[in-house]
Amino acid sequence: MTDASTVSSTPDVPTTTAKPHKQPKRKNGYKKDEIEAAVYFIVPSLIGFTLFFLFPAVRGLFMSFTDWDLLTEPEFIGVANYRRLFQDRFFWNSLRVTVMYVLYNIPIQTVIGLAIAVLMNRVKNSTALRGVILLPWFIPNVVVGLLWLMLLNPLVGPINLMLTGLGLDRVQFLMLPQTALPSIAGINIWRHMGYVALLFFAGLQTIPNNLYEASRIDGASPFQAFWRITLPLLRPVMTFVVVTSVIGSFQIFDTVAVTTEGGPMRSTEVMIWFIFDHAFRRFNMGYGAAATVVLFLILVVFTFAYMKITRGGESDLG
Amino acid sequence: MSEPHASGKGIRTNTHPPAQDEKGARTLSAERWRRRVLAAAGVAVIVAVTLGPFYWMLRTAFTFPPEIFRNPRSILPPQWTLGNFMRVLGLVSPAEAVALGGTGQALGFALSLRNSLIVTASITISQVFFSACAAYAFARLRFPFRDSLFSIYVAALMIPLIVTVIPNFAFIQELGWLNTFRGIVAPFFLMTPLAVFFMRQFFVSINKELEESAYLDGAGRLTTAFRIVFPMSTPALMTCAIIVATTTWNEYLWMLIVGRDRAVRVLTVALGIFRQQTPQGAPDWGGLMAGTMLATVPIALVFLLLGKHVVNSIGHTGFR
Repeated sequence: MTDASTVSSTPDVPTTTAKPHKQPKRKNGYKKDEIEAAVYFIVPSLIGFTLFFLFPAVRGLFMSFTDWDLLTEPEFIGVANYRRLFQDRFFWNSLRVTVMYVLYNIPIQTVIGLAIAVLMNRVKNSTALRGVILLPWFIPNVVVGLLWLMLLNPLVGPINLMLTGLGLDRVQFLMLPQTALPSIAGINIWRHMGYVALLFFAGLQTIPNNLYEASRIDGASPFQAFWRITLPLLRPVMTFVVVTSVIGSFQIFDTVAVTTEGGPMRSTEVMIWFIFDHAFRRFNMGYGAAATVVLFLILVVFTFAYMKITRGGESDLG
Repeated sequence: MSEPHASGKGIRTNTHPPAQDEKGARTLSAERWRRRVLAAAGVAVIVAVTLGPFYWMLRTAFTFPPEIFRNPRSILPPQWTLGNFMRVLGLVSPAEAVALGGTGQALGFALSLRNSLIVTASITISQVFFSACAAYAFARLRFPFRDSLFSIYVAALMIPLIVTVIPNFAFIQELGWLNTFRGIVAPFFLMTPLAVFFMRQFFVSINKELEESAYLDGAGRLTTAFRIVFPMSTPALMTCAIIVATTTWNEYLWMLIVGRDRAVRVLTVALGIFRQQTPQGAPDWGGLMAGTMLATVPIALVFLLLGKHVVNSIGHTGFR
């Protein structure tokens, strides 16, 4: 860094005495001036963390055992919310819809992302290309949802015009219970495939080229090399991609909120929509909080199970 | 998750070594050509699929609304107009809006654009600043409970936003901050675990020598951080700021429940409400697409100008 010379000669560095620091007092092995500086540095973030992350996480759990409409005092009702939740067929529906959504979304998104990454690894490395691929990921979900609402519209949407141009029938993508959820999955695949591709691309860059050379000398086809070298060595990246995108997919909300609003016939009523509906439209805060706790537990169990099964935290590259 | 690098340079591509086999040279080069063409075609498809929808957004936003229905196949806007933008920004009276092919609906997107800018700018500046401070302390200063506190922050990375939304809403309501900028920005103002984590990983990765020599020259800890470490960390701070700004700009659920009032309504919320109010049978596509463009252009500009840092840092940090 070029700053070195400027820094030492900067006159306004408040060195009242140009003398070096005296060895500061040690208190249990800590230096006094470090502790002092750390207090200034940490306290603002600690206030934010305590008020808006730690406290609400605990409070959310507490709220799930209460009946509360925001207007009257919360009433402690034990596990009644959970009991009600497990008897609520619309909660089960939202769980089923969310799992279906994840199943539509993740495999296709992962395969497309990987395919794009392999392709990018073959062409000239270009920041511009990577930028283009990443662009949809930067755009608000709400915008992406509205954009595809138009693109998939039966009357004016170019997707349907292409279908009719090919002699096929129009599809009312977001208006039919059978197609609405897969359509929303498709929209989010479009938004995320570039991001996933860049993660895989970075993973591909870490695989030493000589492994491929050795496999070619041994007579392996590129196809075999992909299955035997690329995929196994991508496992840590694969774990990161799958775990984070499944966690993200379970929280799908924005796209649903601006396209189908849970419909038609509850076919896109995902878990966060269910929570939003109960907590913020009917003001059953306790019931919404209980559903949130269940969602959170599902994500924790999934993450640990996946890590355990795939040994996802370990790399074979050593 | 791997350690972030100070720069994203030095990425190499796996190009195929040139064919050395004399006998197979002709077939090999034919094979290589075939592959190259296939790869180029693949890239073209990806770019078209990615950018095509944006083009159609643009095309629809500039089209006179009745023509959107009359002429849906036209690649260029069948009849150019800036009317959709004028309507959406509230620059015309309801009567004029109807003449421009819209509904008489009042659309104050100019105000929402301003609100989005206020919310995004204030959250980004303060969150990155305070998170970087905390991150520096975690990376460089030794103090009691440092490591246990940091692991609590890291654990909080795993907690999805929805878990805190309901209690935070209740808290903001109790403070009487619903439908105020204070209420909208409060949860993200001082930190997010992600920003602290990202900056901490960066500070750990940079060289200590400069700081130590400044310290030995008599600069205090705060001076060292503000005069030396933060200035030389500008690229990482920028990357962090872009990610925070994008996340804030794109946020919908929190803004929707805390800031529905017109006075503080941000663009994503305004778009959601616009969509709910537009007639179901024949939605105001021109207005909707003009509105989505307003929400897209600022973030796309930031991305075009500064996105290189982000593009290069993805994969090194697994930043999402």
